[in-house]
Amino acid sequence: MNIAVEVDAVHQGELTNISEAGPASKRIVAGFGFWIFLLSDIVMFSALFATYAVLVKATAGGPTAAQLFDQHNAAMETAFLLLSSYTCGLMSLAVNSRYRLGIFFGAVVTFLLGAAFLNLELREFQGMIAVGAAPQRSAFLSAFFTLVGCHGLHVAVGLAWLVLMMVQLSLRGFQDKVVRRLHCFSLFWHALDIIWVLIFTIVYLMGVLP
Amino acid sequence: MSISLLGKLSWDAVPLHEPIIMGTVGGVVVAIVSILSWVTLKGYVPYLWREWLTSVDHKRIGIMYIVLALVMLLRGFADAIMMRTQQAVAAGGAQGFLPPEHFDQIFSAHGTIMIFFVAMPLVIGLMNFVVPLQLGVRDVAFPTMNSISFWLTASGVLLTNLSLAVGEFAKTGWFAYPPLSELQFSPGVGVDYYLWSLQISGIGTLLSGVNFVTTILKMRAPGMSYMRMPVFCWTALASNLLMVAAFPVLTALFAMLLLDRYLGFHFFTVDAGGNAMMYVNLFWVWGHPEVYILVLPAFGIYSEVAATFSEKSLFGYRSMVLATMAICVLSYTVWLHHFFTMGASASVNAFFGITSMIIGVPTGVKVFNWLFTMYGGRVRFTVPVLWTIGFMVSFVFGGLTGVLLALPPVDWQVHNSLFLVAHFHHVIIPGVLFGAMAGYNYWFPKAFGFKLDERWGKAAFWCWFIGFHLAFMPLYVTGLMGMARRLQHYDVLAWQPWLLVAEVGAVVILAGIICQVVQLMVSIRHREELRDTTGDPWNGRTLEWATASPPPAWNFAVQPRVDELDAFWAQKRHAFAKQDLPVQRHEYAPIEMPKNSPTGFVTAFFAVVTGFALIWHIWWMAGFGVLGATATLLAFMFRTEDEVEISAEQVGLFDRAHSVEVSL
Repeated sequence: MNIAVEVDAVHQGELTNISEAGPASKRIVAGFGFWIFLLSDIVMFSALFATYAVLVKATAGGPTAAQLFDQHNAAMETAFLLLSSYTCGLMSLAVNSRYRLGIFFGAVVTFLLGAAFLNLELREFQGMIAVGAAPQRSAFLSAFFTLVGCHGLHVAVGLAWLVLMMVQLSLRGFQDKVVRRLHCFSLFWHALDIIWVLIFTIVYLMGVLP
Repeated sequence: MSISLLGKLSWDAVPLHEPIIMGTVGGVVVAIVSILSWVTLKGYVPYLWREWLTSVDHKRIGIMYIVLALVMLLRGFADAIMMRTQQAVAAGGAQGFLPPEHFDQIFSAHGTIMIFFVAMPLVIGLMNFVVPLQLGVRDVAFPTMNSISFWLTASGVLLTNLSLAVGEFAKTGWFAYPPLSELQFSPGVGVDYYLWSLQISGIGTLLSGVNFVTTILKMRAPGMSYMRMPVFCWTALASNLLMVAAFPVLTALFAMLLLDRYLGFHFFTVDAGGNAMMYVNLFWVWGHPEVYILVLPAFGIYSEVAATFSEKSLFGYRSMVLATMAICVLSYTVWLHHFFTMGASASVNAFFGITSMIIGVPTGVKVFNWLFTMYGGRVRFTVPVLWTIGFMVSFVFGGLTGVLLALPPVDWQVHNSLFLVAHFHHVIIPGVLFGAMAGYNYWFPKAFGFKLDERWGKAAFWCWFIGFHLAFMPLYVTGLMGMARRLQHYDVLAWQPWLLVAEVGAVVILAGIICQVVQLMVSIRHREELRDTTGDPWNGRTLEWATASPPPAWNFAVQPRVDELDAFWAQKRHAFAKQDLPVQRHEYAPIEMPKNSPTGFVTAFFAVVTGFALIWHIWWMAGFGVLGATATLLAFMFRTEDEVEISAEQVGLFDRAHSVEVSL
């Protein structure tokens, strides 16, 4: 039997047009829906970015970005968060191969790195407030705390979600639903990275431009 | 002690000295109590809970959205006719019957309610009911989330209406521009009611958008490629894409204003570098797409109605799809035309003036498509067709005044005058409301199994059509005469005759609303004569007519297959050409359906508690509400079973009974 016959044997109708394939599976639908949600989240951040860009010079005589931002701290935060994405990726691989120990290990490291990130961020906030650079001081600081704080809040929610997923995994094992949610979690975690890269660039790097 | 426990709330919050408000509140309370006790005494509570409040069926949720919208239409219209009456009498020395602080709340509530709690639920409700049926699938992508969306919208409605009895509503206009809406100038709870109601319902809308984009892109009947989707599904897709991309901006914006008001931030304040124009820009970055979120699905309804009742396929389907998606994109390029007077440079204003004119082009394409669809067709002048023709006639003129306003120099002259008010009512009422009414009359038999009475429907249309023009054409004139919007009282007596005509128009619209109520009652009484046994009362073209009226929970006994556009029309044509007898099916498969869930209802309950607590600064109660909502969602996350199986016999029994009914 030659190959041409085999190709002909494939039902052509199923190959011609994917948009005619009928309702997608639950895995696809859940993942796709979550992508759409993430896009909406990014739109929300874009509104906060736009506000920050408009208000960054509105310091009302208070401290400016260049005076406040510590590049070293921001670099550490970036390192923690990007590394946590890497470990989250490893966790996803372990999910795909149904390797439970690997998943828990990946989750613990991801959690610790995320918590370390949050710790640095909260300390930065604390330090700024201690020197009188609270969000009530100027429009610039209002915009800064809201934009960066909103990302931090997302990270905190992500950490809580990760804990919940580990509880579900230990109670339920590899149910379809649990696997779908782990998949969505990793999408969420990577999206937070994208936002952070923009924050790092627009807030911390551009903030100290002469 | 009780003062600190209840935050800012005290008996002073209830406006006992205002006879109009207290009378209304009394009436509403009596109505609610009597309805609730009637429902309880008749023993309907378990039925309501089981079949409606906890339902995740897209059809039930759609119907609940529409009921909510129609009830709120009465509230919004009551506000409207009060404003018209006030302006008709409060000229010269007369002060009318509404004091300024009450009048300010009325125009703010009118705008907020009509946009967020009438137009939005009408449109979302129709999409909920129709889209999965037209796509030939069993439900939306995320049925429980759909129920959460609905109940969060209802929470927003409840909070907004609570402001009538407890406290006050915003006095800032429906867009709550700072600095007026900042704590410094609006220290009361009115703006907080506005913000929290819209934040809560906004989350619901966003989730709806996510749900429908996923449904339309990922869940269509086999064979239904994009270019075989009914036009209403295309417009629903465009509308929901806009919800996903626009509503987060509103959420971020309101979050910023809330931070200003609650924690002393300085986004939009007059001091510490705040920038109020930032609010105005972001508001309309959401607000202009919002216009198209509302009107695009209405355009879809007109397309379906025009094609069905002309017995022709839609003229220029591809150009219609293209025009819809072009509007979807262009809607993000025009927001600045809402405030040409901001002080941007001439070139910025010119850019947005030109884009505002360009966006009229795809809309013009659509109008020609509808005209050519009807041209040469055998048009049946049913109630939905009347609404459609009425729309085409008046919407074109409303659009033309929009082109006038798109010219920055003209806009500078009539900015914030009644000319503007006349313009946007001239596009929104014929555009959205007429469309929703056409859709309501068109799909009612599908939802309930009997048609609506034609005579009362036609009377309602004519009252609305004539009343609308009487009410709003004079406002163009007074606008050009220099009358600003939102005047509680005025000294220029030359305006008064025009405002009296507008008042007459409002009364004629009231007659239209009464006709609609009568239409519904008469139709329910005569439901046996108006019964639709075939499932296809209008000789329809799309898949929603291929199933029983009302459809079973599972929509289709057997998954439909689609080979071309206007799938149901094609099936009927092929069957007729081949002289096929109706197929007697013998094989049915069991169907997995999503299980009912109280998650939406309970979450919304806690959302109302949280919103109310935050408005009145009752912090412990806010914590309790957030905790409750979180616990509810966690319980949902840990649910063990979320599907019920409909047995093959049950599906078969219903399907055979229905086909017997059809052949009779």
